[in-house]
Amino acid sequence: MSLIDSVSLPRNFRLPRVDGLVQWIVPLAIIAIWQVASVTGFVPVRVLPAPSDVALAGWKLLLSGELIRNIWVSFWRASIGFLIGGSIGFAFGLANGLSQLSAKLTDTTLQMVRNVPHLALIPLVILWFGIDESAKLFLVALGVFFPIYLNTLHGIRTVDPHLIEMGRIYGMSDGELFRRVIFPGALPSIFVGIRFALGIMWLTLIVAETIAASSGLGYMAMQAREFMLIDVVVLSILIYALLGKLADSASRVLERLTLSWHPAFQKR
Amino acid sequence: MQTALRTSLPETELASRANFAPATRVSRPLHVSGLPLSIRGLRKSFGDNEVLRGIDLHIPAGQFVAIVGKSGCGKSTLLRLIAGLEKIDAGSISFGDAAVQPEDIRVMFQEPRLLPWARVLSNVEVGLGRDRSSSDAHARAEKALTEVGLTDKRDQWPSVLSGGQKQRVALARALVSRPRVLAFDEPLGALDALTRISMQRLLERVWRDQGFTAILVTHDVAEAVALADRVLVIDEGRIAHDVMVNTARPRERGSVELAGLEGSILSHLLSADDRT
Repeated sequence: MSLIDSVSLPRNFRLPRVDGLVQWIVPLAIIAIWQVASVTGFVPVRVLPAPSDVALAGWKLLLSGELIRNIWVSFWRASIGFLIGGSIGFAFGLANGLSQLSAKLTDTTLQMVRNVPHLALIPLVILWFGIDESAKLFLVALGVFFPIYLNTLHGIRTVDPHLIEMGRIYGMSDGELFRRVIFPGALPSIFVGIRFALGIMWLTLIVAETIAASSGLGYMAMQAREFMLIDVVVLSILIYALLGKLADSASRVLERLTLSWHPAFQKR
Repeated sequence: MQTALRTSLPETELASRANFAPATRVSRPLHVSGLPLSIRGLRKSFGDNEVLRGIDLHIPAGQFVAIVGKSGCGKSTLLRLIAGLEKIDAGSISFGDAAVQPEDIRVMFQEPRLLPWARVLSNVEVGLGRDRSSSDAHARAEKALTEVGLTDKRDQWPSVLSGGQKQRVALARALVSRPRVLAFDEPLGALDALTRISMQRLLERVWRDQGFTAILVTHDVAEAVALADRVLVIDEGRIAHDVMVNTARPRERGSVELAGLEGSILSHLLSADDRT
């Protein structure tokens, strides 16, 4: 009995409470080491300012409203671009997954376009749109399109044909078959596409904003470089990291909510 | 004296006695709701491969028929044609004079084919076909779950069920529309030995309670003689043997009578094997 007790104690004691915090141990440790290294002069301030200086710069920008405005502009561009590119990718994925004709008609073309790195289009995009909003939205949408297209297509093509046959036997109409069998079956794969797309979304936006913009986080970083404000440059980079993490967490929450049937998302 | 003797006899002995007087058998379906099935000159090819080469068969309403044969003999194709899952090349399949609704014919496969993203109860509701959205859908699905003994699992995801439980949910889904013909394509093939036996009992029980016409494709001859009224041996696309199993129900597994029958059917199958 005592043996069983001593074995089961650590079980009850286990992770859940700590779980949310564990992932932050490493980032926090890095910041602590960084602070110590800066304060002791091990890392020169002109190479890398101390985290406290970065925080101070952030506080000042926050007070002036500049930070919020730039984050908002970038966030807006990212979401609109993601929505546009994502919906078009999803629509093509559906069409080509469900219809042979549509796949034959468009898949080859899309695969060719996919093999052009979308960032290589920046010079052309600047010539087309100048440096206004549509240039950034176009690039983000293009970057986001492919992961969502490919994974939606793959998800639909790999739905268990036995389940589709079952749906037909039980008299499901085309719409019902899509809603009850095909779409839920493709959903895990679609989420993989969304998470890839989120990464590409930030990458594209930052590159675009660094090269051709008059507002946004990328612009803020480039502007700070002009004035040798290295703390603001570092701040921008950290904000990218946080926003990226935020987007990923949001998609995970969505995944958990919609895929609760999936063994991988059930409580163990 | 006579009654005293009867009650003291084990059930199986009673059953085998009853076998000599078929009129007194009590284990037939309580009422027959099934459809009769007539197949004439049925042929089916896939490409150059002629799978069924002229099947003629009459199955009376409510009969439990097992179809056995080597793999690739065409037994599953026959079942899929009966269930309307494949197109007929030549010949005909008819279900008596009644107009047949899609809900009247149901199939159960070796894989449970449950929707992993739907709870057990909604999976059963799928079986209602066009009546899925009717107001009594829940109640009917729950009743079907009760018949297979899984009421307490109604709100579970299929992924947490065992193989046998999944197959029972699939059975409930097939039963919920009160089908008049139920076709089984090796439904117990993927289950372990003990689960198989309890599933066989369950199949026999629901067949007796509901009286549908049952067509069971299996590779297990022991299963065929334990469950069926009649065993068809299919070889090279034709019905090679048509064997009646007159043993009374409930049947005792491993009884001499069933074992003898199983042996003779197996020898049919093996002799077909020797020829090739």
